[in-house]
Amino acid sequence: MTLQEVAQLVDGEIVCGTGRAQEFVEYGFASDLMSDVLTQKRSNFLLITGLSNNQAIRTAEMSDAQYILFVRHKKATPDMLSLAADNDMVIIQSPFSMFKAVGILYSAGLRPVY
Amino acid sequence: MQLTFHVQGGDFTRAGDASSQVKKTLKQLNIDPGVTKRVVVALYEAEVNIVAHAYHGVITADIDPVRILLRLEDEGPGIPDIELAMQRGFSTASAEVREMGFGAGMGLPNILENADQFHIDSVVGKGTTLTIAVNLQPCP
Repeated sequence: MTLQEVAQLVDGEIVCGTGRAQEFVEYGFASDLMSDVLTQKRSNFLLITGLSNNQAIRTAEMSDAQYILFVRHKKATPDMLSLAADNDMVIIQSPFSMFKAVGILYSAGLRPVY
Repeated sequence: MQLTFHVQGGDFTRAGDASSQVKKTLKQLNIDPGVTKRVVVALYEAEVNIVAHAYHGVITADIDPVRILLRLEDEGPGIPDIELAMQRGFSTASAEVREMGFGAGMGLPNILENADQFHIDSVVGKGTTLTIAVNLQPCP
């Protein structure tokens, strides 16, 4: 599905990387534990997290995950958005719980990394 | 090529800056993306460990045609029991570190998994030195 479709499905807003909204993402991984994210071998997945701080951006960068969906009403700070823009990332913010967002995206065809 | 970075303990706003610079350098050098990911995941976990546990530290990354050698030397409390620290799930991290998304006892095992060679030297009350090597070519 496209990132635009991801945003629509989770009642979200693309707040960084709007020019990449039509890019396709096939896999997703949800966690608030960054070391868990860093164990993923796959690249270019959608990181779904409620952890809103610089380390979420850095973890996505090191994991080659270019797309982040912040759930639970979490907002990226200006510092985070700057860091994400420097790394050419797409950030989406959603008011949904992680459970609800993940359920909707899985049902719509976003695949688990394992 | 050698890169050197200074890391301040407790400064979570800059945790990952060194790893990010190394990643950008490896990309410029056209290093294989899979190798680059292994290097920066190991380095980032180790960099976060300095920020989380030590007073300050120095990271050096030596890049040559055969391998990438990372050395992370910190001044800090040291590790009393390295074997225990290497166990998945063991952690002495503070609540602040856990709020950052770390501190689940996965850092050192993650480093080991991504490294071709990994060594820890630690002196309690003085500090810890990690040596991490990742080969650019598969071992014959």
